[in-house]
Amino acid sequence: MTAPMLLQAAATAAPATRIGEPNVVAMGFFFVFIAITMGITWWAARRTKTTDHFYAAGRTISARQNGLALAGDYMSAASFLGIAGLVSTTGFDGLIYSTGWLVGWPVVLFLIAEPLRNLGRYTFADVVAARLSQTPVRLAAAVGTLATVILYLIAQMVGAGGLIRLMFGLPYETAVAIVGAAMLAYVLFGGMLATTWVQIVKAVLLMFGAFMLAVMVLAQFGMNPLRLFAAAAEKYGAGVLAPGKLVSNPLDAISLGMALMFGTAGLPHILMRFYTVPDARAARTSVFYATGLIGFFYLMTFILGFGAMVLVGPDAIKAVDKGGNMAAPLLAEYLGGTPVLGFIAAVAFATILAVVAGLTLSGAAALSHDLWVNVVRRGEANATEQLRVARGATVVLAVVAIVLGIAFKGQNVAFMVGLAFAIAASGNFPALVLSIFWRRCTTAGAVSAMLLGTAGTLLLIWLSPTVQIDLLKHTQAWFPLKNPALVTIPLSFAVGVVVSLATGGSRSLEAVDRFANAERRMHLGGAAGTG
Amino acid sequence: MPDPAPDLSALARARWRVAITLTIAMTAVYFGFIALIAYDKPLLGTLLAPGLTLGMLLGVVVILASWLLTWIYMHWANRHYDVHVDRLGKENEERGTRSQA
Repeated sequence: MTAPMLLQAAATAAPATRIGEPNVVAMGFFFVFIAITMGITWWAARRTKTTDHFYAAGRTISARQNGLALAGDYMSAASFLGIAGLVSTTGFDGLIYSTGWLVGWPVVLFLIAEPLRNLGRYTFADVVAARLSQTPVRLAAAVGTLATVILYLIAQMVGAGGLIRLMFGLPYETAVAIVGAAMLAYVLFGGMLATTWVQIVKAVLLMFGAFMLAVMVLAQFGMNPLRLFAAAAEKYGAGVLAPGKLVSNPLDAISLGMALMFGTAGLPHILMRFYTVPDARAARTSVFYATGLIGFFYLMTFILGFGAMVLVGPDAIKAVDKGGNMAAPLLAEYLGGTPVLGFIAAVAFATILAVVAGLTLSGAAALSHDLWVNVVRRGEANATEQLRVARGATVVLAVVAIVLGIAFKGQNVAFMVGLAFAIAASGNFPALVLSIFWRRCTTAGAVSAMLLGTAGTLLLIWLSPTVQIDLLKHTQAWFPLKNPALVTIPLSFAVGVVVSLATGGSRSLEAVDRFANAERRMHLGGAAGTG
Repeated sequence: MPDPAPDLSALARARWRVAITLTIAMTAVYFGFIALIAYDKPLLGTLLAPGLTLGMLLGVVVILASWLLTWIYMHWANRHYDVHVDRLGKENEERGTRSQA
């Protein structure tokens, strides 16, 4: 064999991508991000003295800042890497998820944001309990909150471990521990103020990264998205521009859509952000900004997905990661080499950190504010104790997140995000809407809506094809739909209404006096006074 | 606004009407899109221009509709709702000071 042939053989055997090898640029960007966010945490820690600071950043966040932070809290690695990956391997079908994840935001604006800000202090249970009995409502709301938060956390941690292993070449367990430790530092010391700014920095980085890649992709197609899509259709058939196999059962599509649309309005870590702004008006404006940012972001992921399809190719993407999650990083490497890959890898890491910090804080609020302060101590805990318990709960949740992240290593957890949305949509959202807008909603009605919504979702997911066939390898499933929201959202509303009508009279105290009072506070906010 | 100076429960009803109308509009737009994906895939595959199918156009329309509906709500709330909230809040405070005096 001659020397040139040997060289050629070595060149073809060498991997086409440097993904999975330790990347100096990625490490550099990552350390800069950690340094900046730890600086923010140090600054925030000196301002975090009361529970108002710890849970709600002292209500000092402006509408614009909160809009960015909401986007940073919401745009998870699943939506950045996942949707770009889905589009790059299936084309059009990725749009089903990106539109679904966006249309929840107008619902949050119309129905939830302002009443929530005016009626509550730290958690969504504050709102449901505003005119109902504290103990049962808070117990039931904590079940829904913790179920949502823990499932979402597992999905994020397992995703984080896998992604970081792929992008930085770190062992899975180390990656999970690093994410857990950084997130714990933000939340434990800097509370909501640090979490908010981590989310703002992340949102700016992510929008910038996605925008830069989108422009680099479009530059290859004369800045015309249609030429990009036409190139994809030419290479992989016109089918990539039309609905494909992702939705085969119509009812499945509608059920998934319901979970995505109404789930956003029941996600505890999103709802909690509305307490960080000074008033209901700022809460309203912040959703307006968030909807704009998130919609723009999903338009860009569509460009990135098709860019990866045409420039990298679905087979090369699936060869690195079967789920297609590496489409955006591979595209970055194709367009800008190792430096851009390193930047996008660091952005993905920052994305995960910002989301898990928000989740942990909302879980800690359910444990400490709802369960400890209002149920165990019946609202009698003093300020020092409240803050101490909040920090203790943060440590507990961080440990739980790390342990579960490691325990679920290698499991297919993609369905857990869908499950978290389904619980939020069927356990939390109906009770919120009924208690805010419906005079005759009673404690028993709200509690049964929350408990049956959550339990029904868990049960039907267990009986669904996702668990019975995909996970347990049984031949058939008891329940036909992959996502139960089509059944559980109406069920939760119906149970709430029927139980309320059965247990309350239209002249009960909850229905008349307390509702009038809550309604005044809901609209007038601080100006309503205490009477 | 039909009533130039609504009381609190009339304002609450007006806000509920706007909120539920816009929610239904958003739901109709999104589930219209999903229903077409579910029941008429070939229609969405219709090519309108090279590189653009009806389905992709409608997907973008869903995103634009979300923006438009949030803007409509913002506009209504800033122009109408807030004015009455401010007035009622002021009346409420005045009543509070009178009853204390």
